[in-house]
Amino acid sequence: MANPSYLALGTRIISGIDKLLSTVIASSPYRWSSGIVRRAGLTGRTLVIAVPWIWLLLFFLIPFVIVLKISFAETRWLGSPPYTPLLEWVSGQYLQIKLSVGNYLFLLSDSLYAKAFLSSVKVAAVSTIICLLIGYPMAYAIARAESKWRNTLLLLIILPFWTSFLLRVYAWMGLLSNRGVINQVLMALGFEPIVMLQTDFAMYIGIVYSYLPFMILPLYSNLEKHDLTLLEAAVDLGSRPFKAFLSITLPLSKPGVIAGSMLVFIPAVGEFVIPRLLGGTDSLMIGRVLWDEYFLNRNWPVASAVAIALLLVLVIPIMIFQRYQAQEAAGAMKS
Amino acid sequence: MNQNRSMFLLSSLVLGFAFLYIPILSMIVFSFNESKLVTVWGGFSVKWYGELLGNRQMLDAAWLSVRIAAVTATGAVVIGTMAGLALARFGQFRSRTVFSGMVTAPLVMPEVITGLSLLLLFVAFAPLPFVPDSRGFSTITIAHMTLTLSYVTVIVQSRLSTMDDSLEEAALDLGARPAKVFMLITLPIIAPAMVSGWLLAFTLSLDDLVIASFTAGPSTNTLPMMIFSTVRRGITPEINALATIMVAIVTLFVVIAGITMSRQEKRRQREMRAVAIGT
Repeated sequence: MANPSYLALGTRIISGIDKLLSTVIASSPYRWSSGIVRRAGLTGRTLVIAVPWIWLLLFFLIPFVIVLKISFAETRWLGSPPYTPLLEWVSGQYLQIKLSVGNYLFLLSDSLYAKAFLSSVKVAAVSTIICLLIGYPMAYAIARAESKWRNTLLLLIILPFWTSFLLRVYAWMGLLSNRGVINQVLMALGFEPIVMLQTDFAMYIGIVYSYLPFMILPLYSNLEKHDLTLLEAAVDLGSRPFKAFLSITLPLSKPGVIAGSMLVFIPAVGEFVIPRLLGGTDSLMIGRVLWDEYFLNRNWPVASAVAIALLLVLVIPIMIFQRYQAQEAAGAMKS
Repeated sequence: MNQNRSMFLLSSLVLGFAFLYIPILSMIVFSFNESKLVTVWGGFSVKWYGELLGNRQMLDAAWLSVRIAAVTATGAVVIGTMAGLALARFGQFRSRTVFSGMVTAPLVMPEVITGLSLLLLFVAFAPLPFVPDSRGFSTITIAHMTLTLSYVTVIVQSRLSTMDDSLEEAALDLGARPAKVFMLITLPIIAPAMVSGWLLAFTLSLDDLVIASFTAGPSTNTLPMMIFSTVRRGITPEINALATIMVAIVTLFVVIAGITMSRQEKRRQREMRAVAIGT
């Protein structure tokens, strides 16, 4: 049982709240106003849905509409905001709509953007595969470890995730730089130092390192639920353990593989910090292009067009991820 | 065969953990390095911690980030719990698909998109009344709340969906008001999820560089923004010291939380056994 004094305190607090609630509910202003509220169709239930709904509408959906709008505007170099309005009252007579596809044509005409998109998708895909190759055995080992070890091992996976992402990327700068730890070791062993920082190699290491926990956690929660009697039955019937793994465990873990891969792939495509700190100056990642377009070139319409194009590239992976999330929630509710 | 398999699994764990922890350990070791050259060992020293504590700008930035993170986490827990409750307990309601889509999308949305879109929103709405006309604390907090409330929602929702709702239904059947059922039954069940949601939101907010850079005004500097502008000029021992302090605080929290949870788990198991035996 919980500590009795805490329990007594808890009961007291709750009965206090309850008394307060009853007093408020019995009071005439409450009854009067709740009558109006109820007639307007507002119940507690509606309110619980409405508050997050309105928040997300305001700060998630509408911002995208604005990005879409500005991506069709023209850049105005002087003036604030630095883009032309889409709707304009022309001499107070009629509303003029000016849609310019110039920014998108610009993205298509300058091969820099196409290259950046392609290389971002490539880097993210390769990193996802490496994460899967490292993460699957780890998740499998943790899920099949003795139960007394499982929580500790899981904690060790989560722990780096709680420490600053930026500082963990920075840590690799110290390891990979020309006079860094790895090169010191190499030189002490009599090898030539290798240029690693500001190369694609460093960028891959940074992405795999930062996103590995996102691969392991969904994989683990999937592998942990497997019914091991199936595997035992297969082995009893003469299947080799590896064959049993390929024909039973691997297909069963498909939802975990998909969830983990999407959690790595989608944010990695738009990654900015890792290419900026670890990648070379010529590394073309779309997140970096968008950042520079906004912060260096101050070209808001082109930055918006890049954001919309990036969203179009990611819309299918995001939908796959969401379908998985919905299935997972439905499955948890059923069991 | 079996031996080979467990050797393979064990070595993948050992190598994986080495990969995860060696960078962090090297950062900690070099924070105690006397030499300014970060990667050449020049003797043990704590002088970089002294320099860090004397760095006024860095301390101001850290304080701002902590305040933003605390407000963000509290707001995200309130709204995220509502959303989690709606998704786990309200069954089908109109707009549920759109709603759950909007809740989970920020989890994977690249930060540059979220950052840019929120900035453009703040700029577009700046002329309206009740909107802060200078970007800083409030705009960063709103942006961070939008990002982190998704995490809280997912945590609360998954906690609720693993819990049986028969207690809540029984209370409702016996005539308790929904608000009272929430206070007496649902809230105690989801309290641990709300605490971990708060901590996660706090950490994510404290750590965010990209969204804060977009939504901050020119005179606002959060801790990650300070770290980033220092770090991109190269490696400095002061940042190593800062990293060590942050790792120490986080480890302390996570270990304490881990021990408390495993104790509770053990106690629950003891109670279950006691009930089963019939004492």
